Amino acid sequence: MKTDRAEEGDSQKAATFEKNIRLTVNGKRHELLVGKDVNPEHTLAYTLRETLGYTGTKIACDHGSCGACTVLMDGEAVLSCTMLTVECNGRNITTIEGLENAKTGELHPLQQTFIDNTAFQCGFCTPGIILSAKALLDKNPSPTEREIKQELAGHYCRCGSQYLVIRAIQSLAEKGR
Amino acid sequence: MGGNYRHIGKATPRKDARAIVTGKAEYIDDLKLAGMLYGRVLRSPYPHARIKNIDTAKAEAYPGVEAVLTYKNVPGWMAGVPYHRPVLDSTVRFVGDAVALLAAETGESAEEALELIEVEYEQLPAVYDMEEATRPDAPQLHERIPNNIFPRGFRAIGEKALQELVMGDVEKGFSEADIIEEATCAYENIPNPLPPEPPGVIATWEDPDHLTLYTASQSAPMNRNFAQPALGLADIRVIGMQCGGSYGTKNANFIPMAHAAALAKAAGRPVKVYFNKEEHFNAYSLRLGSRIHARLGIKKDGTVTAVEGEWYVDTGAASEMAQVQVAVGLGETQLLIRCPNWNLQPTLVCTNRNPSGVVRGFGGQELNCALLPLLTVVMEKADLNPVEFFKKNYMAPGAGFFWRDGIWRDYRGIDFSEAIDKGAEVFGWKDKWKGWNKPTAVNGTKRRGVGVGLHGNADIGEDESEAHIKLSSDARAVVYACVSESGMGERSSLCKMAAEVLNLPLDRVNIAPADTLVNPFEFGLVGSRGTYTVGSAVIQAAEDARRQLLEMAAPILGVKPEELDTKDGAIFPKKDPHKKIAWYKAMGISRTITGQGRFETDFSLCNCMIIFAEVEVDTDTGKVDLRRIVASTDCGQIIDPLVLEGQLHGSLGSAGIDTAIFEETVLDKDTGHIVNCNMIDYKWRTFADLPPFQSIMLETPVDSHRFKAIGVGEIAPAPGAAAVLMAVNNAIGRKIMTYPATPQKILKALGRI
Repeated sequence: MKTDRAEEGDSQKAATFEKNIRLTVNGKRHELLVGKDVNPEHTLAYTLRETLGYTGTKIACDHGSCGACTVLMDGEAVLSCTMLTVECNGRNITTIEGLENAKTGELHPLQQTFIDNTAFQCGFCTPGIILSAKALLDKNPSPTEREIKQELAGHYCRCGSQYLVIRAIQSLAEKGR
Repeated sequence: MGGNYRHIGKATPRKDARAIVTGKAEYIDDLKLAGMLYGRVLRSPYPHARIKNIDTAKAEAYPGVEAVLTYKNVPGWMAGVPYHRPVLDSTVRFVGDAVALLAAETGESAEEALELIEVEYEQLPAVYDMEEATRPDAPQLHERIPNNIFPRGFRAIGEKALQELVMGDVEKGFSEADIIEEATCAYENIPNPLPPEPPGVIATWEDPDHLTLYTASQSAPMNRNFAQPALGLADIRVIGMQCGGSYGTKNANFIPMAHAAALAKAAGRPVKVYFNKEEHFNAYSLRLGSRIHARLGIKKDGTVTAVEGEWYVDTGAASEMAQVQVAVGLGETQLLIRCPNWNLQPTLVCTNRNPSGVVRGFGGQELNCALLPLLTVVMEKADLNPVEFFKKNYMAPGAGFFWRDGIWRDYRGIDFSEAIDKGAEVFGWKDKWKGWNKPTAVNGTKRRGVGVGLHGNADIGEDESEAHIKLSSDARAVVYACVSESGMGERSSLCKMAAEVLNLPLDRVNIAPADTLVNPFEFGLVGSRGTYTVGSAVIQAAEDARRQLLEMAAPILGVKPEELDTKDGAIFPKKDPHKKIAWYKAMGISRTITGQGRFETDFSLCNCMIIFAEVEVDTDTGKVDLRRIVASTDCGQIIDPLVLEGQLHGSLGSAGIDTAIFEETVLDKDTGHIVNCNMIDYKWRTFADLPPFQSIMLETPVDSHRFKAIGVGEIAPAPGAAAVLMAVNNAIGRKIMTYPATPQKILKALGRI
């Protein structure tokens, strides 16, 4: 596989253009061929759902304003509908499918606390919320209510699950104390 | 006070909990059928226009395109009463109305091909205001709806459907009043309930008479019940997917369903139609617009003696069942105030904007949100405390009401005074309420105010449900009730009821998929009806199955069936629990038992929700902060406390409480375009702005079914907006009578701008 080379002495270095995009999703490596598996206009959300089958990632607004498509990229919560897959070469992605232990089936404590607190209603916004909560707790194991609310402010929930979401995260944070 | 049960009343994990938190729950856009095409819709840029020419040749020739439909070749299916909403028409009536349908191998090629359809429009004048629309010279939207006023009546709810509220003698009522006031209030935000998941349907024809629909629906069976007549009585099988929020809007789903079914028929392949968010804003189910001009008479003791007025209802460019929303709304308003003399005349109007549809609140929220501010005018003159007013006026034993079918019902439910009192106590109403137009506290430019709203609905026993329960010899049970899951946890609650009757562990009871092919009749999970109606059918089916099981065991154990009991898959004499046999000993291993249950409509009960709100208004900026909410209800018996609490929290969602202060669809009345049709410009409350929220859930047994429970979820948002508007008005000492109370309106009311 080749990359574009800049002409000798050319100060305007041409953008390198990867023909293959390598993504690690939930620990599994995927190699995607540009023009075949990935078009330049494909968002990461689209690739995850439509090309790789990680349909736990939800698309609602598709414009970066509702949080439904949130995934973890190298541990940070990102809006996968606002990123182009061709920009994500070499990145390590975690989707909601990657939280439970694939071998034992054991759930991540965040998933369990969401179940125990019925911290969802229709469940459409839930995967994104859980992943943002994970990014928060990985950095700050004992967030205050205010910190939880600020971290989740970009997540649209219309059923009214927010209060039980906060309760679920707080009960887990307290266990960690 | 709830009963002492094994499962009922306890918080238990929802049956679909693991699927939801692991991303395995399957929503409509997660499903791909073999050979499935992607349907897209060309939409009108004009609010009112005739299609002079439409040329689809280039689009048809585009690679990957399998079907293109216009009004010229689409099936003649129609919705609405009278029939006025075809699948496609030669006239478009709102910005976003469907012009052409197209199906292609990929979504991308479908979108590219749409741009190749050439349309020549003849623009027509448009009308957006309800009263203007009814004037003789107004633009006419539909031939079958003269003067843009819908004819009254909707036979599906009875020949005498409640289409006006006329009773007693209003003149006599006014003569008995101490105070008479006349005012107008407008609840015309036309907000979008906006579930996170857009609407979507996959349609596939098995043969010309058999259509299968996979649908993101709150009520999968409704797609069959309502669409069958429209589709020439083709046999429709509906399979409900996990539904990503509905709030009423995804009950019947007629338009996306008709689009997918028409394209699938033309292409001879499965077709998915899944709206994007822009279409969701521009072409799907807004709340009704509501405006009341009325004269009210009241005695100083809070007795309402007469209500006379006009109720204008704006349903936008079309409606599937707005007459039913009018009927239910007129019923609900009689629960709010027990007045013997009424003359309230609704006018249901169409205008050139995205149609209203079925939305949580269903006419009642829209009517009462407009009526409550009018009531505050007379309450103020009579110097009445609104909490006392509600206690005096809300539906109680001994009173009654005309329901949607125009028939009088004597109320036989509980008194909700305790729920009102308890809410007031927890909120601290006594201390915070300083009288009308008086703030609770003033700190510089910050003025706090309090308000209260109340709402109820007698839909909790509406329409029919059937259920079957299958017992298998391995001591498991399956509930067959055609119930979708759109967030209310109803499928899990029904399993709890069956497990309680059969005394099985909850993990031994499951529920069949929401598939109309395998389940008995179900009306749909609308309103707050699930707990009482479907619950009754499931309980009856479980009792029937249990009876059959014990009858089989009786000869083996040598006692009468009524002397037996069952627990955890064993059957034993009540007097001698040690002498037990397993279910399979009674049934044999090659048998199942099927119990059957059916619920018949009962309009003699209602629910009730009270919301107390405290706001802080900044008189410099006009900004309103919602400081606190207390929601109180009495549900007879809690089925699951967390599910119920979540339903109450839903009052902040689905175009509820915040329609009082910021939530609205903004229509540009020069172009007919919605200007805030994205999730940045359409305002919604974020996690960061959540106020403290306390829920009170009392359990006074109701004479409903075995578990004495009634549903309450649907009405949670309904009383909220009026409560918040009252709080704002008390904080600023002025009366704003049009929702939402935006900073601009507040500053104007204060004389600051």
